[in-house]
Amino acid sequence: MNGHDRTLYLDRLTVSFDGFKALNELTLQIDPGELRCIIGPNGAGKTTMMDVVTGKTRPDSGTARFGDKLNLLEMSEPEIAQAGIGRKFQKPTVFERLTVFENLELALAGDKSFLKTLLARRTLKQENRIFEVLEIIGLAQQHQALAGILSHGQKQWLEIGMLMMQEPELLLVDEPVAGMTPQEIERTSSLLLSLAGEHSVVVVEHDMEFVRSIAKRVTVLHEGRVIAEGNMDQVQNDPRVIEVYLGA
Amino acid sequence: MRKYFLGPGAQWLLAVLLLAMPNVVSLYAQSPSDATFLATLGDLRDASFADKDGIVDRLAQSGHPNVRTVLVALSEDRLYYRNDDMKVFLVKTAAGEETTTLDLIDPLTLKSAGPISVDNLTKIGTNNHLRRVLQTTLARYGLSSPDAAIRLDAARNIEQDLDEANVQLLRQRSAVETNSKVKAEIATGLALAALDGTDAQARLSAISTLRHSIRQDVLNKLQGLIEQSPDGSYAESDVRVRQAAASAVKSITRMRTFYGGMETLFFGLSLGSVLVLIAIGLAITFGVMGVINMAHGELMMLGAYTTYVVQVAMPNHAETSILVAIPAAFIVAGLMGILIERTIIRFLYGRPLETLLATFGVSLILQQLVRSIFSALNRSVITPSWMSGTLQVNDALSITYNRLYIVAFTLIVFVGLLAILKGTRVGLQIRAVSQNRAMAKAMGIRSEWVDAMTFGLGSGIAGVAGVALSQLTNVNPNLGQSYIIDSFMVVVFGGVGNLWGSLVGGMSMGVVNELLEPYAGAVLAKIFVLIALILFIQRRPRGLFPPTGRASEN
Amino acid sequence: MPPQYTLWISARRDSGTAWFLGGLALIVVVVPILNLVVPPSSVFHISAYGLTLVGKYLCYALLALSVDLIWGYCGILSLGQAAFFSLGGYAMGMYLMREIGPRGVYGNPVLPDFMVFLNYKSLPWFWHGFNHFGFALLMMLLAPGLLAFAFGWFAFRSRVTGVYLSIITQALTYALMLAFFRNDMGFGGNNGFTDFKDILGFDLHSEKVHVFLLLITAFALAGSYLLCRMVVSSRAGRVIRAIRDAESRTRFLGYRVESYKLWVFVLSSVLAGIAGALYVPQIGIINPSEFSPINSIEVVIWVAMGGRGTLYGAALGAILVNYAKTYFTSTIPEAWNYALGALFVLVTLFLPRGIIGLVDGRAKKRGPVAQLQAQAEQAERAKE
Repeated sequence: MNGHDRTLYLDRLTVSFDGFKALNELTLQIDPGELRCIIGPNGAGKTTMMDVVTGKTRPDSGTARFGDKLNLLEMSEPEIAQAGIGRKFQKPTVFERLTVFENLELALAGDKSFLKTLLARRTLKQENRIFEVLEIIGLAQQHQALAGILSHGQKQWLEIGMLMMQEPELLLVDEPVAGMTPQEIERTSSLLLSLAGEHSVVVVEHDMEFVRSIAKRVTVLHEGRVIAEGNMDQVQNDPRVIEVYLGA
Repeated sequence: MRKYFLGPGAQWLLAVLLLAMPNVVSLYAQSPSDATFLATLGDLRDASFADKDGIVDRLAQSGHPNVRTVLVALSEDRLYYRNDDMKVFLVKTAAGEETTTLDLIDPLTLKSAGPISVDNLTKIGTNNHLRRVLQTTLARYGLSSPDAAIRLDAARNIEQDLDEANVQLLRQRSAVETNSKVKAEIATGLALAALDGTDAQARLSAISTLRHSIRQDVLNKLQGLIEQSPDGSYAESDVRVRQAAASAVKSITRMRTFYGGMETLFFGLSLGSVLVLIAIGLAITFGVMGVINMAHGELMMLGAYTTYVVQVAMPNHAETSILVAIPAAFIVAGLMGILIERTIIRFLYGRPLETLLATFGVSLILQQLVRSIFSALNRSVITPSWMSGTLQVNDALSITYNRLYIVAFTLIVFVGLLAILKGTRVGLQIRAVSQNRAMAKAMGIRSEWVDAMTFGLGSGIAGVAGVALSQLTNVNPNLGQSYIIDSFMVVVFGGVGNLWGSLVGGMSMGVVNELLEPYAGAVLAKIFVLIALILFIQRRPRGLFPPTGRASEN
Repeated sequence: MPPQYTLWISARRDSGTAWFLGGLALIVVVVPILNLVVPPSSVFHISAYGLTLVGKYLCYALLALSVDLIWGYCGILSLGQAAFFSLGGYAMGMYLMREIGPRGVYGNPVLPDFMVFLNYKSLPWFWHGFNHFGFALLMMLLAPGLLAFAFGWFAFRSRVTGVYLSIITQALTYALMLAFFRNDMGFGGNNGFTDFKDILGFDLHSEKVHVFLLLITAFALAGSYLLCRMVVSSRAGRVIRAIRDAESRTRFLGYRVESYKLWVFVLSSVLAGIAGALYVPQIGIINPSEFSPINSIEVVIWVAMGGRGTLYGAALGAILVNYAKTYFTSTIPEAWNYALGALFVLVTLFLPRGIIGLVDGRAKKRGPVAQLQAQAEQAERAKE
């Protein structure tokens, strides 16, 4: 399996759409096991950055590497997913008419061809793995419930759970707490914190309270480049950051 | 002494003669030609058809002023003889199946001679051959008519029978003819005659005249010249003439193909325009509301039946009833559409597959409804006279007026629809709702009302399409079913919700179908088009002009 | 495995299946008795016509199963399934026509009557082999299967979905209908095939043989049902349902959606073909109107009315609607079209989950899943 010690290197990535520079020589690095928060105003390039990492968008210039051997710019989306980079989108898209358990089962790693899945029997190992994840995301009680009846927050956790079933090394999480109740936000923080260490986690968020509660390192993006990096206090007191968020 | 120079027998004879004088004088008062004329007419009575030919000829030669009228009457089955005295008369109007009396016309005076029962008359019959002879004979008269159209016709008729006499006639006429069309026709006739002549030079110049004609008969004749008989010899002996003929054949064939192509194109466009009319209604409802309306065909059928009803309600106004039918059909179909939308479709918003099924149910109900009211038999809708007839551009290209009007009508409807969508408030609201419903609602647009109006508009257009269809095909409850699949094809091909897509898609599908038909037959052509469409969708799943977001038109 | 979680995913108590198979067993036992044993004078006797009806309903139930498989479970609304039904039927028909042999009106041992009538000199190439039942059986499966494979491969690969797909499936069956109506295709033209004599040596005019055919149909239906049940209960079945609900999400998870769709589509078409093949000897005729688009759309309404996504619901719907059709068309034929049309409208408006949905809704409120969910909700509320 993949080692758990690969660093994500993004070096001078530039992406322009019709003249508009979504990423402008973006350089950043995620260390293995880190939990990093990426913040920045709308249009700063956060989503585009994740698109480049997962292979959805190709940059005009720059490099993106995962570990020493993998050049993300030469890999297809499924290949990048196989390599251990998983992404959770903003809008939770779980399978509403399947149970929580079945959702996770679908996300199991392994051969996904028709014949294999037709004849597949669930192994004990697989069942244990599913329950492991159920415990982590806190949905063990609801494993029989149809995913459609879950609350918004629960759906987000389910999706994180599905992401984890693929045993990723690096998780890209896009605005996980949007629309959550305070209790749900709290649970999400503990969830993400528990994931860090074994996995590298990159969280893109707007909610500053939340970011403060989970982040050791915070990166601020603006107009496609990094303008500040550090812990929450450093970043919040950085004059450039204040300018960008507050005025002119 | 000899005082009498006539014996008693001679005197007696003279007396008889003198007594008979008045009759003889009256006979002769008719002038000798009249007598021959009547006598020849009389001969027609019992003559065999073969003899009638000769008799007609004699009549023509006689030069009697009434010959033309009589021959026309003969060709129109208006020449009879009275049973009691075997006298020949014309009748005013040709007898139909139910005629009991006919009005006689005296052949000499050309005045009415009173009515008579049909039973007292026997017709002097004609057969096809005789009619042709009559035609040519009459054509000779036609050549000197003051009316240019008649002269043209006469010249054409004479070409059927280019004997020496006729050729002579043509030459004479050609010298004095002033009308250019008639002159050209005469020239063609003379050229055709020259091809049978012995002078190679004459034949050569004839060909150079003929090469500008596009007529099939000219082409055939020229082709005959370059034909090779099995033993290797040619019909035409002179090489130069053969070469000229071959080149003329090539050029004529090329022109014929061109005009034939134009005709196919026209037919394709007219077929396509029907498809366009049907499809634009669908395109609107699908584009704005995401609804595939399986009852669309039945709304068309309602429009066709409305045309029928309007016609029945306005029996004496066949010319204008169709103009009344257009708004009537729009309203009827539009109201039905609004009804369907309000009672069914609005509850299925966002579920296109369910709406497809529900509207299919509506189509079944509508079909049965019409079947119950009007019966399942075809209803005939009359084409007004201003829409009937053909425009014969030349021998290879004829355009029927009804199709021409339908093409024009389609374009008017299309432009009208664009105008409504682009220029009116309703249109603006429709476009707003189709692009961003939530935003439109936030701005105060009543989106439900807009939905109903949109559906009504699309359905109304379907009704109007039904009016057009009533002119082209039988009106029966299954009318909708025959066209619904084609209209879906057009919408899918052109790009859903896109008016221009429907226009281009429909027209091109019509043209392609027409192009294939002569090679493959109507059914196979349809199958090819369907399969081609299925394959096309593979490459461009969203059609020619894919919708961006959920835009309803360009 | 942690003991407090009792999983009954695989053993989800499926009363529907029990009822369905029980019902079929009942038919298998009772109908032959009512036809062969009970005397014709009795009111319980089932006539030959009645046998044909029951057989027809069972064939239609199988056809409905095939539609439920691709629509109820995979979300593919194919409006052309009757095409596969008819292809299977025609394959059987071709075998039966060749079985007539020299007993036809024209007495030609090789050429069926319609070919003699149309002045055919010899058997077209595609008719060869149909005098062997084994070959015909193979064709009953291959003809619909290959067509479905070709069509599906093109359609799914280019990601045609939703209403577009439905429209082109309609176009497909329409094109086939036009083609088979042509007299020069070698398929009997607008008259189709009829006047069959026997099948595998058994006389098709004998009631005993019809009972036998009925039993075979019932077994085919049961077997197909179990096969479908196995597919939808497997993990592949869950993937298929995931494709129905969120196709791109499923693709994102790494599943080759096109491949799954194709498998299901082909399986469904083969089942439809089998249904058609069993239909023809019982009904005694097949003609190109079987390809008409309305037939396919009717099948969809059977499934919708019964309850899609359940399998037994589809079969139920097929039997109920066709029974109603038989009843109405013999008493008030005009009303049938109104009734059918109204059925379409009412079922889509008011019965989105069909009759089974009505029944199920009440049961679900008391079932174990509901209890668990109630527990979960209580726990949540306790925390706040």
